[in-house]
Amino acid sequence: MGRFLHAFFSPLGLRRAVPQVWDGFQTNIKLMLVAEVLVLVLALLIAIVRGLPGRASLPLRVLAVVYTDFFRGTPLILVAYVAALGLPSLGLAVVSDQSLFVYGVLSLTLVYTAYVTEVYRAGIESVHPSQRMAARSLGLTYAQTLRHVILPQAIRRVVPPLLNDFIGLQKDTAIITVVGVTEAIAQAGFYSNDFFSYAGYMVAAAFFVILTIPFARFTDNLIKQRERRERAQLA
Amino acid sequence: MSAREHFVHMAGVSKRFGENDVLHDVDLSVDLHQVVCLIGASGSGKSTLLRCLNLLETVEAGTIEIDGQVITSGSVDVNALRRKIGIVFQAFNLFPHLTVLQNITLAPRKARGLSKREADAQARELLRRIGLVDKANEFPDRLSGGQQQRVAIVRALAMEPQLMLLDEITSALDPQLVSEVLSLVRELADAGMTMILATHEMSFANEVADKVCFLDAGVICEEGTPGEIFSAPKEERTREFLGRIVEAGRL
Repeated sequence: MGRFLHAFFSPLGLRRAVPQVWDGFQTNIKLMLVAEVLVLVLALLIAIVRGLPGRASLPLRVLAVVYTDFFRGTPLILVAYVAALGLPSLGLAVVSDQSLFVYGVLSLTLVYTAYVTEVYRAGIESVHPSQRMAARSLGLTYAQTLRHVILPQAIRRVVPPLLNDFIGLQKDTAIITVVGVTEAIAQAGFYSNDFFSYAGYMVAAAFFVILTIPFARFTDNLIKQRERRERAQLA
Repeated sequence: MSAREHFVHMAGVSKRFGENDVLHDVDLSVDLHQVVCLIGASGSGKSTLLRCLNLLETVEAGTIEIDGQVITSGSVDVNALRRKIGIVFQAFNLFPHLTVLQNITLAPRKARGLSKREADAQARELLRRIGLVDKANEFPDRLSGGQQQRVAIVRALAMEPQLMLLDEITSALDPQLVSEVLSLVRELADAGMTMILATHEMSFANEVADKVCFLDAGVICEEGTPGEIFSAPKEERTREFLGRIVEAGRL
C-alpha cells in the first residue's frame, strides 16, 4: 500500500508533475477545439448531402455513406498512424509536410465527423415530414425549408448527443500521443521516466476529468430541462 | 365551357399509390370566387386531390390547369405555383420553433422577398383581424387547437394566394373549437376567396359551398349544388353516405 501510494500519489511527485503535464494538456485542448469546430461543420454538410433528393445527387449520397461507414468502423489509433506516419512518407506537396498537430486534428476530424454525421442525420429524420410539407407548400424552396424549418428543429434535438460526442472527442485527443504529439499523456510519460513516478499520469487523469465534468453536468441539465418542458406541455 | 374560363380545371386525373387507385379519372372545375366542398369517407381521395393541386403529389394521368397554366407538364415552376396556392392541413403543421409572428412572416420574407418590417406589419394586421394579435410572440404550443388552426390559415393567407385548399381543417379539433375556425373560413368565402375544402362538416358545406362533390373510392361519384346533393342526391352511394352521416348525427 505504501509503495502504491508513493508511486502514484506522492505529494511531491504530484506537485512537480503539474506544470509539465499542464504544458502537454494545452495541446489536448487545442486539438479538441480545432477538431470539434471542423467536425460540427463538416458533419452537418455530410448529413445534408445524405438527405439530398433526386437521382442527380445519388453519387454524392453514396460517397457520404461510404465515408461514414468506413470511418465509423476504423479505430482512431489506426487512422492516426496512417495520417501521421503514412502521409509524410508519400513525399507529396502540402499533404506530406504538415506538423504532427495537423495530422492529429485530421485523424480526430475524420473519425468524429463520421459519428456526428449520424447524430445530425437522426435529428433531421426526427423532424416530422409534415413540417417539410407545410414549408414547401408555402412556396419555400428545398434549401430554404432545410435552413429555416428542418435544421433549427433537428439541431435543437441533438444538442445532448452532440455534447456526448464532444466529451468522447476530448478524451480521444490522448490517443494522438501515439504518433508523437507531445500532449498530456506524452508529458506524463516523460515525467515517469525521469522521476520513476506515475504521479504524472494521475495529474493527466485529473485534468481530463476536470475538463469533462462540467460538460457532462451541462448535458445532464439540458436533458432534464427539456424533459421538464415537455412534461409541462403535456399537462 | 372550355378549360380557359375556369380558374382550376382538372381533366381525367388519376393517381395510384402502388396497387391502389387513389384517384381515378377525376374531372373538376372551379371558377374564381367559387367555394367547392369535397365530401366522402376517409380514404376516398379528398386529401390526395387537394395535394395534387399544389404538386405535393404528382399525378400519373390527366391534366390540371390552374390560372391558365398547365401544371402537370414537367416544366412548371413548383415554388412559383405554390406561392399562388395556400393549403391548410388537418394537423395545423405550424413550425414549433418559431413564434406565431415568425410562422406567418417566414414565407413572405423568404419566398416573396418582403422586408421584415413589411412582413411583420402584414402579419400583425392579419392577426388583428382574427383577434390573436396579443399572441404574436407566443410559441404555437401555448395556443389552443382552434387558435393554432386560425394562425395556420392566416399563415397561408400571408402569401396572398389566389386559391386556398383546406384539408379537413377542423377534424383534429375539439367540438367547441370548430366554430371559431369555420367562422374564419366563412369570412374568407364572403370576401370572395376561391376555395376547395375537403370536409366532414356537412352543414357547413351546405351553407358555404357553391358546389359539392361526393368522392367515393377515388371517383367523383356525384356533384351539384348543396341543395342537389344534400336534399336530392341522385346516386345510390351518395344517399348511403349521407344516410350514415345523418345516423351519426352530423347533419
